[in-house]
Parts: sequence; C-alpha cells; structure tokens
Amino acid sequence: MIRVVLPHHLRNLAGVGDAVQVEVESPPTIRAVLDALEVRYPALRGTIRDHGTLKRRPFVRFFACQEDLSHQPPETPLPGAVVTGAEPFMIVGAMAGG
Amino acid sequence: MSSVRVLVGTKKGAFILTSDEQREQWEVSGPHFAGWEMYHLKGSPVDANRIYASQTSSWFGQVIQRSDDGGKTWATPDGAKIPEAFDPPGSASNRFAYEGEVGTHQFYDGTQHPWEFKRVWHLEPSLTEWDTVYAGVEDAALFKSTDAGATWRELPGLRAAKGALWQPGAGGMCLHTILLHPSNPERITVAISAAGAFRTDDGGTTWKPINRGLKSAYEIPDPTADVGHCVHRLAMHPSRPDVLFMQKHWDVMRSDNAGDMWYDIGDGLPTDFGFPIEVHAHEPETIYVVPIKSDSEHFPPDGKLRVYRSRTGGNEWEALTSGLPQENCFVNVLRDAMAVDSLDPCGIYFGTTGGQVYCSADSGDSWKPIVRDLPAVLSVEVQTLP
Repeated sequence: MIRVVLPHHLRNLAGVGDAVQVEVESPPTIRAVLDALEVRYPALRGTIRDHGTLKRRPFVRFFACQEDLSHQPPETPLPGAVVTGAEPFMIVGAMAGG
Repeated sequence: MSSVRVLVGTKKGAFILTSDEQREQWEVSGPHFAGWEMYHLKGSPVDANRIYASQTSSWFGQVIQRSDDGGKTWATPDGAKIPEAFDPPGSASNRFAYEGEVGTHQFYDGTQHPWEFKRVWHLEPSLTEWDTVYAGVEDAALFKSTDAGATWRELPGLRAAKGALWQPGAGGMCLHTILLHPSNPERITVAISAAGAFRTDDGGTTWKPINRGLKSAYEIPDPTADVGHCVHRLAMHPSRPDVLFMQKHWDVMRSDNAGDMWYDIGDGLPTDFGFPIEVHAHEPETIYVVPIKSDSEHFPPDGKLRVYRSRTGGNEWEALTSGLPQENCFVNVLRDAMAVDSLDPCGIYFGTTGGQVYCSADSGDSWKPIVRDLPAVLSVEVQTLP
C-alpha cells in the first residue's frame, strides 16, 4: 500500500484525513498512484490532473523522499521508500499568490 | 409561515442565510467549502431542497456540489459512489468537455485562441425537470446535465453563433446569464461577456445573436456589430417573458420582443455602468440596478452605495439610500450578486465585494445588512420557502 498525503482542500473534498492509502498496480509509477487515488476517491478526478489530457494542474506539485517529482513523466517509477510505504507520496498545492 | 433562504457565494466559501418572512432575524450558516471560490449556488424550482453549487479553485479546478436537503449536507453528484473498476475520465461531474472540434475565439490581442474550460459561473436548474440543470462556463459555452449534475454535455450550437468573434472581457469570457422561458421549454436566452446575448427557440440546438440596438462605441471596432458586446446581466419577469432587461458594460437596455431589438432606458441614472439588474417579483415594470463608476474604478459614484429603482420599466429612476452607506463606500456589486424573493412585500438582496449582504424587506425603500464581514461576495440567490 502506498501512502498519499493530500492538501487540505482535497482532503475535505474526498472526506479523508491527512494521509490515505491506496493499492497501486505494478509497476508503481506516478500515473499509477494517481489512477488508484481517483478510483478510490472519484471526487478527486479533475482536481489534480486534467480529465482529458491527464496533465498535472499547474498549481499542483508532487513530492516524495525530499524530491520534486512534479516535472517528471507520468511513467516515472516511484521511489522505493514510497513503494514500501516508508515514505508518502505528497500532493501539494503550490505556493502562489502575493 | 413562509421563510427565505439566501444562498451566498463568496471568494472564500459559501454561506446560507435564513429568516422567517419578516426578514429581520437571520441565522448564518457557513462557511461551506471554506477557502474555495463559490461562484454560484442556486436552488431548483422543482424541489427547493435541491441546491447546486459551483466550487472552483485556481489550484484544484472545478467541482460541482449538490445538496438534496436544503444545504445541510453536500456531495459531488457522482462522488459518493466508489466504483469497482476504473471509470474512464468523462463520467465525472466536474468534467466540462467542449463538443467536437474545439475551435478558437478572439483573444485580447486580436489573435485566435483555443477554447479552454476554466470554471462554471452560473448554474440554472430547470423550471420543470427534476434532474435537469444548465451550466454557463468560462470560456463561454452552455452545458446541460439531465442526471442532476453527474455528467454534462455541451450545447455546441451556441458557439456556432459566430463564436470565433467572441472575446474575453476583463473578467474572462464567461457565460453568466441563463434565462429559461416559463412556458416554452424550447426557448433559452443567455448572455456572455464579451459576446452579447443569444437565444435558442429549439431547445438549444441552434442559436442566434440578439444584439440589435446595442451600441458599444470605443469597445468594439463596429459599435453595432452582431456580436462582441459586453453584456453584464439580463433579467426577465416570468409573467412577461418577452420583456428583457439588460445591464450592459455601459447602458441599461430593454427589449419588448425577447431580444430582437433593444433600446436604452438608462436616462436618469448617475452612470449607466453596472453589473446586476433585477425585476421585482410582483411588478414586472419595477427594476433595480446598482450604478457603478467605471471604466476602471468599479465602485459607487461619490462613495455612496445607491440602488436605483424604476417603477416604469426604465428612464425614470429613484435612488434608494435608506440604510445604505452614503459616504466612504467603495465596494462593487457583481453581476450575479442581486436577487429577489417572492414574498409580499418583495424582498431585494445584494452582496458586495466588501462582504456585506443587504436585504430590503420593503421592495427597496429601506435596507439593512444581514451580514457585514463575509469574504467578497460573488453571487446571491434567494429561495422563498413555503
């Protein structure tokens, strides 16, 4: 099971706590974890990535193991510590504004 | 005893204000969806407990919410179920996909720009069909749901009405007004900034611009063009659906033939710029506007917040000031932020960008703030409950 940390507003939207756990099909990639997340929590569809293109929304960022994975291709494998559940996959609302 | 429920959308959440028919003591519920921009909430005329809400965010995009218990609880119309297998994108209640070839519209710099969905500005539940609701969106298009908001299909004939010539106003290219004819379900009238007003007489399959008589000097190259006019709001009284009232970027206008021809009724106003326009619930010739100083200030002239009322369908206006701040007031009243109830006497409501929601329980003669310190108000709708 992979732990996913959601930003405050998406936690409220999905009706969950700080972190959720999802089972991800192999190979575990960024795309696979987002697919699994949207299956488990349909209300999140369209809020993290575009419905049609599946592109990450501009003000949403992905982090894991202190690394910014936001610009990595969706097929990028998740770090081993995320796959084992030791570290979370973090979805973060980018700091924006003034 | 009747009561009223005021649905307020703000920049940072939704609020529900309730009162009995006296409209003096109010209960405030909220914020709902705290931190999200709530562009619009509207109750169904078929079932007052069914309320739709447009929830949007620069970060997380569009969400549609629906309540079936008068705003006590909410859910995304398709979000409650947990599917066993992955449903392909397209089944979600927040997916607004343009039909067919997306095409382009005119952009700020005069070039052509692809249509891109940004948000839902306005939700209009059907007058008669339980599960039918329309959504006006930015970039401008009209969507229809026949499953209570779970899925949406565009009515693409609207963008075929010279859509390549439409252009965004300062607030974006939004479809903000949807008027449903009270007895003819084939007729729908919409308005778009900055494209103009449009009408269908075949249930949304084909549309035509209805902008004759509008003049937009210094706003568009041909001031009397078919499309390109910056219409801010339309209003209609259900007893006389062929009479339409319009607050345009500049000019307050009226049509007596369902928009086929418009004429100016703004004489007597301190400025004919503004955003909302509304019609009294029981007097179809009594209309309300909030004059605003423009082009760039967007606050009341002289710092005096005044609603103007015409009891003659236009051209003779009186300032309504009792209870409204008459000095140092520099708020705006946005296009969807005014509404009326259907009690007697008719209640008039509006919200400001300063976070006040005002109510007049006597058709505008006097005003009181229901709340003073909400986030900037984007929309106000009223439900009159039996």
